[in-house]
Amino acid sequence: MNIGRGDALKILYGMKRIRAVEEEIADKYSESEMRCPTHLSIGQEAVATVLGLLLNKDDLVVSTHRAHAHYLGKGGDLNAMIAEIYGKETGCSKGRGGSMHLIDTSVGFMGSTAIVGGTIPIGTGLALAIKYRKTNQISCVFLGDGAIEEGAFYEAANFAALHKLPVLFICENNLYSVYSPLSKRQPSGRKIHELANSIGLTSYYGNGNDVTQVNNILKNAISEIRNGNGPRFIEFSTYRWREHCGPNYDNEIGYRTQEEFIKWQLKDPIDIFQRLLEEKKYLVNIDLISMNQNIESEILTAFNFAQNSKFPDRASFGDFTYCEK
Amino acid sequence: MEILLIVKNSSNDYNNITYGEAIREALQIAMSADDSVICYGLGVDDPKGIFGTTLGLQDEFGKERVFDTPASENAMTGIGIGAAIYGLRPVMIHQRLDFFILAMDQLVNNAAKWHFMFGGQNYIPFTIRLIIGRGWGQGPTHSQNLQAWFAHIPGLKVVMPATAGDAKGLLMSSIFDNNPVVFLEHRWLHNLEGNVPKGDYRIEIGKAAILNEGLDITIVSMSYMTVEAIHAVDKLEKVGVSCELIDLRTIRPIDWETIVTSVKKTGNLIVLDTGTKTLSVAGEIVATIVERCWDELINSPKRIALPDNPEPTSFELSKEYYVDIEMILEGILNLLEKPDLLNLINIKKRNPHDVPGDWFKGPF
Repeated sequence: MNIGRGDALKILYGMKRIRAVEEEIADKYSESEMRCPTHLSIGQEAVATVLGLLLNKDDLVVSTHRAHAHYLGKGGDLNAMIAEIYGKETGCSKGRGGSMHLIDTSVGFMGSTAIVGGTIPIGTGLALAIKYRKTNQISCVFLGDGAIEEGAFYEAANFAALHKLPVLFICENNLYSVYSPLSKRQPSGRKIHELANSIGLTSYYGNGNDVTQVNNILKNAISEIRNGNGPRFIEFSTYRWREHCGPNYDNEIGYRTQEEFIKWQLKDPIDIFQRLLEEKKYLVNIDLISMNQNIESEILTAFNFAQNSKFPDRASFGDFTYCEK
Repeated sequence: MEILLIVKNSSNDYNNITYGEAIREALQIAMSADDSVICYGLGVDDPKGIFGTTLGLQDEFGKERVFDTPASENAMTGIGIGAAIYGLRPVMIHQRLDFFILAMDQLVNNAAKWHFMFGGQNYIPFTIRLIIGRGWGQGPTHSQNLQAWFAHIPGLKVVMPATAGDAKGLLMSSIFDNNPVVFLEHRWLHNLEGNVPKGDYRIEIGKAAILNEGLDITIVSMSYMTVEAIHAVDKLEKVGVSCELIDLRTIRPIDWETIVTSVKKTGNLIVLDTGTKTLSVAGEIVATIVERCWDELINSPKRIALPDNPEPTSFELSKEYYVDIEMILEGILNLLEKPDLLNLINIKKRNPHDVPGDWFKGPF
């Protein structure tokens, strides 16, 4: 493993933090104070966390409906995210966006949107601006396996390859689009990363629940892009533990099996990485205790902040329809 | 068409150029003034240069700022949004509006919403030039006037200039506006000449123009219908009907004050729309005026627009499809309950009916 102890502990902390935030949202969702569609990232913490650590602050990221992990991984403000889900004025989008429209431009998280594939061209356009301004930044686009079925993906990928744009497409393949399995949506035997490669995006594939592998693949792709080699595409396999949208487990409703879920639970990215760190003696009990305490305290602060924040003034519902400046 | 030379001015501050040349001039000036302005679209650097409107721009500003694109309308729209978020001012062009329909997701879900849904943190200075066809068999998918669609979306601005000067002034304002602007050009306007102010000339988005002051009826028109309206106003004046002609120029936001003030003066309203009638911009204007000017209205307001079906391609089938000057004159005189005056007017019908003038030899 070529991750030093310091970074390894940061990654473990980041993943545990995301998991704990999502579990707290799930626990409190039934209070009906978070009144927006909410897609949890539980089970998919690794890629977002490692990417955030590898990128510079001024590198850019855009994301999807399932964006909590991506936002937090990039360094997005936790208080502002929870407040956004609560619909408060202090939310990262001032209560106009909710869980599916997160943004923190101060750390380069440029926005997540709800329509499948919607931010693929946006992230590509960010890369066009970066190339035009000749900075050394890169733009990263998170997408899911469903977005591969959208025309926007092919169109943007083609343009990125044509113009050798500094963009990294990161496909988290969690096997389902809502309740529709990959087998009903894409031909069997065809690999997403091979398809992307054929469009002209040099592509990689890896286990998205294995931090070491994720780190190696991402690090290499980022460096290739920064060296001016054009866009890269990575497919990471992973799995969402909870229902597509909402706080619950849904293995009993019939679109996937409990056996499949348990198989993936055994591949929990956090457990696996934690065991690895313990084996390597990177992690002692005291680290875990302080990690958990810090996370608990961060989350308590964030939920208090959100719950105690004011709602936006109801008369301001039309604000920001147009930019007035 | 000299009738469009509303501002007769021989001053050195004006050039007498066509609508298409005025657009090219606006692009050239905007790109010279600000290196964040880029311009792209299928064919911007080809030998035809989007009906001449982009000729020479790539030579002057380079391939990084002026470039051809893949036939990927939706992604190219999203790419423009991304570039706009990060400080550029893209101008995207489609030689026909109809192709841009493939980009409704990026236009409606992203361009129109981005500023709003992230609480005003980013803005989208993005101009989308779309050209609307008519006649010469453009047919169902090369001639759609979808201004009402675009104008229905909160977050978008929609402009539709009719004169060369307005084309320049509104394109300049669109490029330097911090919102997404759908800039609609009617193909039949490209060769119309007009006096166009030199230099950095801008017209405020959202302001209509009163092209003729009158007392009997308010005519609100847009884009190419303004050309027909100018001829109609001229003919009606000769038979004693005094028309106030308002060229809308901007479809969203509509300049309600100008229209309301005029209707309160004339008591009558007719709206000429380039699109199909049902759920049209004309319908919205009539509805609002009925709400706001009920007490002042003398006669029932009227819409003149295209029939509610696609444009037929055949030369013969398109003869009765489009609104011509006779239909406008008839509509106005019937509204004013003076139908007999039509007999006093010498109407010269467009012949052939399906081209804007001798200059247009097809194919599009």
